[in-house]
Amino acid sequence: MQTKRMTYPGRFLPYALLAPQVIVTLIFFIWPAGQALYQSLLREDAFGLKTTFVGLENFARLFHDGSYLNSLSVTVVFALGTTMLSMTVALLLASTVNRMIRSRSAYTTLLVWPYAIAPALAGVLWWFIFNPSIGIVPYMLEMVGYQWNHRNSGSDAMLLVIFAAAWKQISYNFLFFLAGLQSIPQSLIEAASIDGASPTKRFWTIVFPLLTPTTFFLLVVNVVYAMFDTFGIIHATTQGGPAQSTNILVYKVYADGFVGLNLGSSAAQSVILMVIVVMLTIVQFRFIERRVNY
Amino acid sequence: MVENRPWANFFAHTVLIIGVALVIFPVYIALVASTQAPGELMRGTLPLLPGHHGIENYTQMWQSGISTANSPSAALMLWNSFVMAMAITVGKLSISLLSAFAIVYFRFRFRMFFFWLIFVTLMLPVEVRIIPTFQVVADLNMLNSFAGLSIPLIASATATFLFRQFFMTIPEEMLEAARVDGAGPLKFFKDILLPLSITNIAALFVIMFIYGWNQYLWPLIITTDPNYTTIVIGIQRMTSEENPQWQLVMAAVVMAALPPVLVILFMQRLFVKGLTETEK
Repeated sequence: MQTKRMTYPGRFLPYALLAPQVIVTLIFFIWPAGQALYQSLLREDAFGLKTTFVGLENFARLFHDGSYLNSLSVTVVFALGTTMLSMTVALLLASTVNRMIRSRSAYTTLLVWPYAIAPALAGVLWWFIFNPSIGIVPYMLEMVGYQWNHRNSGSDAMLLVIFAAAWKQISYNFLFFLAGLQSIPQSLIEAASIDGASPTKRFWTIVFPLLTPTTFFLLVVNVVYAMFDTFGIIHATTQGGPAQSTNILVYKVYADGFVGLNLGSSAAQSVILMVIVVMLTIVQFRFIERRVNY
Repeated sequence: MVENRPWANFFAHTVLIIGVALVIFPVYIALVASTQAPGELMRGTLPLLPGHHGIENYTQMWQSGISTANSPSAALMLWNSFVMAMAITVGKLSISLLSAFAIVYFRFRFRMFFFWLIFVTLMLPVEVRIIPTFQVVADLNMLNSFAGLSIPLIASATATFLFRQFFMTIPEEMLEAARVDGAGPLKFFKDILLPLSITNIAALFVIMFIYGWNQYLWPLIITTDPNYTTIVIGIQRMTSEENPQWQLVMAAVVMAALPPVLVILFMQRLFVKGLTETEK
């Protein structure tokens, strides 16, 4: 890795400059991560008096545990649903805004602010709108004959958290799609329209393929968002219920560890999550490297 | 735009207006709900137009909060959120600037090792190491304190990388000239690097302030004392009551959302710059 051609000599100063960052990293990141790895190999008895070394048994148990496998599949559904919904809406809005000339910045301003809203607040807002007794949407749904109840119905609850998570993420995706669209050379689109390609055809044969790097990048970011940053949405609304139907992995780690006090299992779940983050980070960084040379 | 199709334009505006309406809808409902009389929301469906009890709801929330839900006045909770967000932001920015400076402008042993150590934090979000981190903070006696709320979150790989990248683009001649004139490292950092980085610092400031303000899991487990409750956590407590007082909850939601939304609206250019450059 490069430095400047000319650098300052320094025996102690560079270490002193790095010290705050390194100390915080060691105490609050590396050490706890090591602890999680270590605890994932132990089992505590019910009273926390005795711990025994059990090797990989915590992991083996997890993969035979119906509720963990359920949580895995719930996470996949939730992450895919959130990603697809928010990316589709964002792409539609971004490509429409991109046609505008005078009103572009006004629409952009009106669409970006939900980024600032905490996931938990997004959850509370949608929870309120869909509240079975006073919410406005169930009232309208009832007129078309659908009984919305996210307190009993797992699929209703899942839809609710997907809406909340996707709503908050639209602004982020919108900004990146808009930036991607603006970097597509106008001459390509003009050439295609002289050849008689309709707007729809131009979109699918020119614009969409050229957006692939942006789309791929957003895909990874959105999956990371849906898996890790949505804890607040779940905790502030469904709390994993009804009947575990929205119990995503991150929520389950918290619930098993903090509420259920099952430390070994929770640590093993943390380790699995770490592996997932590492893989997603590698995918993201390899991709960004490639995009630089694109 | 390569051709003029009035119908397509009309259609495009329709799509956008529906989109904007959809995005604004939840917040509009919150505004409406926060202006209703206490009993109004129990009686059935929510009205679609604002009521007349806005001032009274907001005043009550601001001054006293809902004590049965263990959530203090909004004034206190907003202050707590503000202190936490500022501490996280200023902390992240300062330690990242210092470490990027060390990595770019010095050659020393274990430089690569430190670089990777910082990089690793990207892969360890709080969510994957909740319990051990909680134990560390508890052992250090930092539960229920602003130090506990902010210090464990101030390590920042993204900010360090961003500043490193930016420092690499600063011409070599700057340092050469500074050294010829006899400026030591700290003077060079203070008088040349910092002023040059102002735009980057401001852009990151916007992103990190929002990040800090919206923290959820960490304050949830670190603070039990109502004196340290942040506004987002307070709202969660109010909604988990048996019969939530929705008009007050929604007033709190509006107050909690306002500061970060205003930051985005007034610093939109910096916000977009920060977002696209940190890529995360």
